[in-house]
Amino acid sequence: MLEIKNLHASINGNEILKGINLKVNVGEVHAIMGPNGSGKSTLAQVLAGRETYLVTEGEVIYNGKNLLEMKPEERAREGIFLAFQYPIEIPGVSNTYFLKAALNAIRKHKGIEELDAVEFLVLMKKKMRLVDIDQELLNRPVNEGFSGGEKKRNEIFQMAVLEPKLAILDETDSGLDIDALKIVADGVTKLKRPDNATIVVTHYQRLLNYIVPDFVHVLVDGKIVKSGGKELAFKLEEIGYDWVREKIEVKT
Amino acid sequence: MNDKYMIQTDENIKRYISQFESFEKSLNGELQSPIHTIRRTAIEQFLKLGFPTTKDEEWRFTNITPLIRTEFIPSFENPICPVSEKQLEKICIKKIPGQRLVFIDGRYSSDLSVVNPQQPNIHIGSLAEAIKKLPDLVHQHILHNNDGEKNVFTALNSSFLQDGAFIMLPDGTTVKNPVYLLFVSTGENTPIISHPRNLIIAGDDCRVSIIEHYVGVGMNPYFTNTVTQIAAGKNSIIVHSKIQNESVKAFHIGSIYIKQDEASNVTSNSIMIGGEIVRNNIIALLAAERIKCTMNGLSLASSQQLIDNHTTIDHAKPHCSSHELFKAILGGRSKGVFNGKIYVRKDAQKTDAKQTNKTLLLSDMATINTKPQLEIFADDVKCTHGATTGFLDADAIFYLRSRGISEDIARDILTYAFANDIINRISVQPIREHLNHFIYTRLKQGRQLENM
Repeated sequence: MLEIKNLHASINGNEILKGINLKVNVGEVHAIMGPNGSGKSTLAQVLAGRETYLVTEGEVIYNGKNLLEMKPEERAREGIFLAFQYPIEIPGVSNTYFLKAALNAIRKHKGIEELDAVEFLVLMKKKMRLVDIDQELLNRPVNEGFSGGEKKRNEIFQMAVLEPKLAILDETDSGLDIDALKIVADGVTKLKRPDNATIVVTHYQRLLNYIVPDFVHVLVDGKIVKSGGKELAFKLEEIGYDWVREKIEVKT
Repeated sequence: MNDKYMIQTDENIKRYISQFESFEKSLNGELQSPIHTIRRTAIEQFLKLGFPTTKDEEWRFTNITPLIRTEFIPSFENPICPVSEKQLEKICIKKIPGQRLVFIDGRYSSDLSVVNPQQPNIHIGSLAEAIKKLPDLVHQHILHNNDGEKNVFTALNSSFLQDGAFIMLPDGTTVKNPVYLLFVSTGENTPIISHPRNLIIAGDDCRVSIIEHYVGVGMNPYFTNTVTQIAAGKNSIIVHSKIQNESVKAFHIGSIYIKQDEASNVTSNSIMIGGEIVRNNIIALLAAERIKCTMNGLSLASSQQLIDNHTTIDHAKPHCSSHELFKAILGGRSKGVFNGKIYVRKDAQKTDAKQTNKTLLLSDMATINTKPQLEIFADDVKCTHGATTGFLDADAIFYLRSRGISEDIARDILTYAFANDIINRISVQPIREHLNHFIYTRLKQGRQLENM
């Protein structure tokens, strides 16, 4: 589904990603872990098409297409979804209006008939139950005045409505208490299907208690330094990232 | 300033003097009336003041030289240009249920107007008629000079005082539906100048919503120089919405003078979307206690338009609140000006005043000059002001795009939302619909957005 080859990216002349290699197959859940500043969020943003980052080298193949040549909206329509670490507040635009516009743009791209207001409402009601989100929140402007937990829940709700093929969750656990974390993780797990894939970007292991990954990759200083199964996450939690860092230092 | 310019200026002034002379001739028997004394005082004031230049602090960012130089023909010297019902239906705000007063080039048209049979003591009609039938009442309520001492355009309006809307409500009157004042400028062949004067006097415990709508049907320059006076009696609730959508080459200078009595609540909505050079002055005097004054403003400018909003809120007495939000969306090479004065007099303790000015720039060439001016002489008050200017938020655009929405539509959605913040504050639904539709026509993908 996704193949990242030797990906380098920089911002304002500073190289953040220094040669990422990663392969994600349909049905898999990958966790990308790493200390602050290692480039986890940059990777997520680059995959979603954020133009503030400059890709200097490498390629990303998504379902046989060159992902890096696609605009952010084209990526979304092709099934990529980024759950933001810091969801943006958009005053004056209601959540419902925004999401209907997004869903219909995707449906139009796929050649499926667009939903009218009533059909959309029915769909929303169904998806609301999945993430236990309040109707009142959906009538409000996008993320405006939402608590941290509400924002994250709204991201997962959008994901539920848009049904992406590849979901990238960027630090979805940050700022969540344990109950909110459970709800969010539960939503993600319910949305998991054999024909989609998930990349979970996280600093802490605790989210992985609820979203169990097939693979764990450790990102340090713009490179994946170690990959393994879910047990790798436990090891990191136990002894911290210094252990991986030391290993690199020994190597160099 | 060189001599040539001085002579030029003099000629521009002289033109109005000779217009005034022929205006006097057209008035025949009215010259002895007290109303005419007001006109004469005003023309003297006009002569004394002269036209402002950008050296005047109040006009620093608004160069009106093209307006001063244009040789306008006063509407009373011009034959009435017919405007058909059909033309009117195209330009008016649809579905306003109440009475409609139509003015063509500043003159009341009874044919095009729809007014209810009058109830005793309630006056909703033309000022020209009121001057004839109720001269003393008009004389009693019309501003004699007020800010006109400083404002040359108000002086000019008073000099040519003749027609406009006259709304006078006795204590306890509730006007159920909005009163719609529609000012149409024809600008067919000659550049016409009109001086509409609106008088809105509400007694105690009145409720009324008034819409002033300015539109042009021609492509030629014309000049609307309008003055509106609003007096709100005790406990009255007044909503005044001015929608200025003059044609592309028009000049519009307007002043709204609001005087509020105890516990009254006045909302002024200013929507400035038309014209080439536009100046909108709002001066509110909070003359008693427990008054609420709200001012909402939205300017929408593109190409070479200049839209200047000058507001003054004068807190004279304690326990009053004012809330002011002016927004502007500027594209092309357009210019915006916002100047917001708030005075809190020595007596006006416990004043709560909030002023906000937000500008969205859609192009690198558009500019805004914004200046809050707070003068506070009381010590126990809450006054805040803030101004922001910027382009569309890149993070927000990316957020929308990351969900599958195209860049053009993302920009339109955000621009629309910026404007909608003000439109939603207007309590009259037909106005909201009219403005929403107007904004959609201005947006790149507006048609698609309107159907979404």
